[in-house]
Amino acid sequence: MSEQILHKVIIDNITVEVPAGTTILNAARQIGGDVTPPAMCYYSKLEGSGGKCRTCLVEVSKGSEKDPRPMPKLVASCRTTVMDGMEVKNITSPKVIDARNGVVEFLLINHPLDCPVCDQAGECDLQDLGYNHGKEGTRYEFKRRTFHKVDLGDYIQLHMTRCIMCFRCVFTADQLTEKREHGILDRGDHAQIATFIEKNLHNEFIGNVIDVCPVGALTDKTFRFKNRVWFTKPVDAHRNCTNPKCCGEAQLWMRGDEVFRVTARKDEWGEVKEASNGKTGWICNTCRFETKKVSDWTIEGPSVINRHSVISQGHYVGVTKPAETFTAVMKGRNPKLLMDIHDESEVNKSNVELSKLDRPAHSTDFK
Amino acid sequence: MSKKLLLKKAHVENIRLYDVYRREGGYRSVEKALKTMNPESIVEEVKKSGLRGRGGAGFPAGMKWSFIAKPEGVPRHLVVNADESEPGTFKDRYLMEFLPHLLLEGMIVSSFALGSNVSYIYIRGEYAWITDILEQAIDEAKANGWLGKNILGSGFDCEIYVQRGAGAYICGEETALIESLEGKRGNPRIKPPFPAVQGLWKRPTVVNNVETIAAVVPIINDGGDEYAKIGIGKSTGTKLISACGNINKPGVYEIDMTISVEEFIYSDEWCGGIANGKKLKACIPGGSSVPILPANLLLKTAKGETRLMNYESLADGGFATGSMMGSGGFIVLDEDQCIVKNTYTLARFYRHESCGQCSPCREGTGWMEKILWSIESGKGKKSDIDLLWDIQRKIEGNTICPLGDAAAWPVAAAIRHFRDEFDWHVDNPQESQIRNFGLAHYADEIHIPVIA
Repeated sequence: MSEQILHKVIIDNITVEVPAGTTILNAARQIGGDVTPPAMCYYSKLEGSGGKCRTCLVEVSKGSEKDPRPMPKLVASCRTTVMDGMEVKNITSPKVIDARNGVVEFLLINHPLDCPVCDQAGECDLQDLGYNHGKEGTRYEFKRRTFHKVDLGDYIQLHMTRCIMCFRCVFTADQLTEKREHGILDRGDHAQIATFIEKNLHNEFIGNVIDVCPVGALTDKTFRFKNRVWFTKPVDAHRNCTNPKCCGEAQLWMRGDEVFRVTARKDEWGEVKEASNGKTGWICNTCRFETKKVSDWTIEGPSVINRHSVISQGHYVGVTKPAETFTAVMKGRNPKLLMDIHDESEVNKSNVELSKLDRPAHSTDFK
Repeated sequence: MSKKLLLKKAHVENIRLYDVYRREGGYRSVEKALKTMNPESIVEEVKKSGLRGRGGAGFPAGMKWSFIAKPEGVPRHLVVNADESEPGTFKDRYLMEFLPHLLLEGMIVSSFALGSNVSYIYIRGEYAWITDILEQAIDEAKANGWLGKNILGSGFDCEIYVQRGAGAYICGEETALIESLEGKRGNPRIKPPFPAVQGLWKRPTVVNNVETIAAVVPIINDGGDEYAKIGIGKSTGTKLISACGNINKPGVYEIDMTISVEEFIYSDEWCGGIANGKKLKACIPGGSSVPILPANLLLKTAKGETRLMNYESLADGGFATGSMMGSGGFIVLDEDQCIVKNTYTLARFYRHESCGQCSPCREGTGWMEKILWSIESGKGKKSDIDLLWDIQRKIEGNTICPLGDAAAWPVAAAIRHFRDEFDWHVDNPQESQIRNFGLAHYADEIHIPVIA
């Protein structure tokens, strides 16, 4: 085999070398941090996805080493492959920031913003995007577009009002299941994800559309309104799934000993991780919806949540315990206390241990 | 009298039928091409002619043809875009209705040049009766040996099929057209790969407008150099213009791109002046997506030169003071027309026709329509006009296909040139419902800065 050709790309003045054929977005993901454009519709595990939401637009200020002309328009970084010597501007380009703010505004004008009652809140890509690029208030003064809620079978509910038309669920159903039964009806701003005519989605892998949905348009009916995601603790777990296509490796969202929901494991970009067998870790409906007892699973340990959402706050990677400043400032010596407040105040009698009393404490016990 | 190439024989009785068409000199170019030329020399001839795509963008046709990839063992296709849905454009309809064999003749020559053994005509669904005309013409051509196996003993096989669309404007965009032709939802593809590399069924494909393909016939008959002599500069050959609106003689005209806009509107040979003795207020010179121009900028460029009916002159001054040739849908508005209402109508069209794939166009077109409706119905605010400007700016250039641009340009141009009228609507909500803003100063002489 011949050696892989590496292309040198400069994104926001940071140089990175990636194999030929890599997209700008994936090159930027190798750098990570703020340099990575947000992606609402692109999903690296789904072939053909991307290019639609336009949040990942970047400016190509130099096409390549051979042809240094800049690209005339902003390009969708998720679908544009790198060239050797390409120079890309993401957050360093005011044009990109302006266009991205515009796209976020467009995505939000018809979004219901019902985050307080939405199950996706806390792990929602649109919420993150809105916090990063949105404005306070809206300039949209008309009635927002609404749809009826639709039950797609026993497990999935479709709430089109929240949908941003990323097409991920359509690609998922196309590529994961035998027969896709849902798609896009109508066009323009009244386009909708739907089954024709209202049908149930039965396929054993269809539950994965919930995982790929960037917003709360497709929700798990076994979890609806049961809990907020930030109150549950994610743990990695596995079980021997009898379905040969299912990897059996999942993430349980627990509170106490109760398993509230089961999802596939996700990486730092919110996409389904690779399973230990090297395949993408999609899970089957049985694992996702019907196996909700702790005894069904072998728990491996707490999940590493490396994301910007509120679910990562508290006890996961990203939060470090502050150092002991006192001892550091005092160069290892303990602080010398000038007086013991209990000795001085004479509030407590030092010879009475309040917790040992076999009756309620009385004022006489204090003085 | 301007020279006619395409419509020269359009008025011969029964030219629609093969026998008459052949008697009038039809299919000569096929004979010439298949017997005396090879594919490369045809492409060369089209390049020499300077023929530009007649669908709207004006990309040189010969250049497009030379880009087609030629991988070994992969079939190539020619697709004729007859999905003429732009409001104001109806030239292809006329051409196909009256001269279906001219299109077929051009297609056979072009298919030979591109090596396409199966070529398609993608026609808009609303042109239902034209499908029948074309299919009848194909049957006649086949019966007379112009289509099928081994045409004229040259060893070249060619079949032509007509495919009807289902009534979506977006399917006129070449990649959406290809998707639709493949039987899928007509969503534009993300480019690259371009159709010349991966088009129909992932095979190299050229998509051309009906008029472009028809123009190949005179180019082969008379030679590319002869064709290039017609017209001015890079606007070579003749162009069909479909004129409509408040004019005395609406219809399809063939012009050689040397006449001025003023002559085209007022001369009796063409549009015959503004109807009912009214005054010219504005004009959309190239189909609904191109920027609208007020009368003063339409007849003269910002430099004070006379504006001519060709690609360069109509685009003179960029979008600040110019427009585009587009697809040749010449829409004339007289002093009684309301620009706000006109813009609203266009915005409603684009909102309805947006495919819904990418966010700026899907959400932005609907938003613009709603704002324009509130201004038009007397409920607008001053800030709405700036908001409209901001929305169109954020749509333009940020979408997958040019529909976003096409939706943004008319709104931008209307605000740029007719802001007074928008302001008047906002300031006089009640009066604007019963009276028209009128001609105002839009036909006044423009001040031309003296250049030393």
